Amino acid sequence: MFATKRLGKELSKMQSGLPNGIELIKADDFKEWLLDIRVVDANPIYQGEVYRIKFMFSPNYPIEAPEVVFVQDESHPIPYHPHIYSNGIICLDLLDRTGWSPVHNVESVCISLQSMLTGNTKKERPPGDENFVRSNTQRPRDINFVFHDPHV
Amino acid sequence: MEDDVGFESQDKDIKPTKHAYETDFIVYGPQEIEQHQNEQIKEVSNILGQPPESTAILLRHARWNKERLIDQYMEKTEEVLESAGLDESAISHPPRLERVKRFMCDICCEDGPKLDTFAMKCGHRFCVDCYRQYLSTKIKGEGEAARIKCPGDGCNRIVDSKSLDILVKDDIRERYKDLLTRTYVEDKENLRWCPAPDCGYAVQCAVKDKDLPRIVPTVHCTCGHFFCFGCSLNDHQPAPCSLVKKWLKKCEDDSETANWISANTKECPKCNSTIEKNGGCNHMTCRKCRHEFCWMCMGVWSEHGTSWYNCNRFEERSGSEARDAQAKSRQSLERYLHYYNRYANHEQSAKLDKDIYLKTEKKMVQLQTTSKMSWIEVQFLAAASQALQQCRQTLKWTYAFAYYLARNNLTEIFEDNQKDLEMAVENLSEMFEKPIDQLQSLRGDMMDKTAYCTKRRIILLNDTAENLKSGNWEFNVSL
Repeated sequence: MFATKRLGKELSKMQSGLPNGIELIKADDFKEWLLDIRVVDANPIYQGEVYRIKFMFSPNYPIEAPEVVFVQDESHPIPYHPHIYSNGIICLDLLDRTGWSPVHNVESVCISLQSMLTGNTKKERPPGDENFVRSNTQRPRDINFVFHDPHV
Repeated sequence: MEDDVGFESQDKDIKPTKHAYETDFIVYGPQEIEQHQNEQIKEVSNILGQPPESTAILLRHARWNKERLIDQYMEKTEEVLESAGLDESAISHPPRLERVKRFMCDICCEDGPKLDTFAMKCGHRFCVDCYRQYLSTKIKGEGEAARIKCPGDGCNRIVDSKSLDILVKDDIRERYKDLLTRTYVEDKENLRWCPAPDCGYAVQCAVKDKDLPRIVPTVHCTCGHFFCFGCSLNDHQPAPCSLVKKWLKKCEDDSETANWISANTKECPKCNSTIEKNGGCNHMTCRKCRHEFCWMCMGVWSEHGTSWYNCNRFEERSGSEARDAQAKSRQSLERYLHYYNRYANHEQSAKLDKDIYLKTEKKMVQLQTTSKMSWIEVQFLAAASQALQQCRQTLKWTYAFAYYLARNNLTEIFEDNQKDLEMAVENLSEMFEKPIDQLQSLRGDMMDKTAYCTKRRIILLNDTAENLKSGNWEFNVSL
């Protein structure tokens, strides 16, 4: 109920226009949406690639943060970034319980992710990526990330 | 006194430490906790000249660090009051709901002139429904109370209890008050809740985080639960908290599969990937690095010439080097398994201890009826069972401790102590299996063995604790 009202409003606003480089792909219900983003600036790491983001909403959205991950398929790789694991899980304080504010929305999260990529100069995965990806069985919301880097 | 100790008056009542492994502590019940809280509120209230309700808010805001609160209050009264939501204007303009022209709520995106809205002094205004939903999620869902922030992005303003009062319903308010009381214990560095289910006691202990590499502070709650004041896990003496954490993590990663891997696989001599040979010939190609090698001798396949499927090249250098590396990795796994199996065995036995104890009670009743022994006289069985449980718990952790221990001239003494305790435990454990009719005649023997187990445990724990304190142990990881 709570989420439905808000997501309905977000959807109609997004359908009337989104910032450059952000595209709504699928929003058939109020549980799971897909969006595509690309980096608009000339950052050589992300040239010519489009990334797909999956949003999952709880009924208590936006009081609770959505779960947001990158998803991979033939035409959408997982972007290289020191805070993005190769399984698509994103380590960003904005998406964590303590960093989330209900004032954020799907569009603002997309913009944050876009600018997180734009500002990145390192074509690398987070330290311990291989281990994390192999052993992680938790949902993103249940992982206790330690945000050691405040400059993202 | 240099630290902000909650219950100064009681500190001198602490009995002197008996053994090196024992830590001083005091257990408090729910009434005592509340009483201490009220005493401190009263004391600070007198110093600041603020009413007790406001003082309580100030103290919670300052995480019960009263010295710092008093200092800051004396220095910049206005600022301190303001940040806790207690400034002049808050008193003359108490928080209230408002209807605002041209308002749109940033949470639900609703607008309209009839919407009741609320904002704290920070000015982040939201509709009442959203604010209420936000607070109830924080309080009921996430168990927060004293430090719920304004829902605005990046706003650090804490929702004060007066604001909360006008926003939420009674059930949430009750939960909020409970949680506030809990924060007293959580905020105090020298207090910790007993982690046993439904236990309302808290333990006070002076051991701090920075002391943990040198001391293992096991405390004993009035409810009967032994736990570590450093990490709240079950008693894990003699292993320090950081080793316990590492060990548990390692077991979680390794134990399930380690046995199987050891029995069925080898590592690729080039990239060390673990490989299972599930049939076929000896010509192996590593999936990962494409290295081709012989399963039998682990040597490079290209050197095998035509002697396929029948490796007899045991003397070749490339093969023997690969086998050396293999043996090393195998050895480290075997070393881990050695300690893990013993650890797991005692853990398993510790789980069975519960059954043993229940059986013991039954045996005690049976013994009373079959012999002329009184209830007091059969207590030796309960004592034996308890000693057994405690010793097994200690033994279990000696194996995790030993796994990380680097060999020096002290390790031999440790291993002797471990062996002695283990033998004492097995001897006593065996006696529990004896039939009831023999137990009566074994009473004296069993009491001796119980005392001996307890003594061996104390010797082991004293030795490890003393050497930990003076930094004599060398570990193959950093603490």
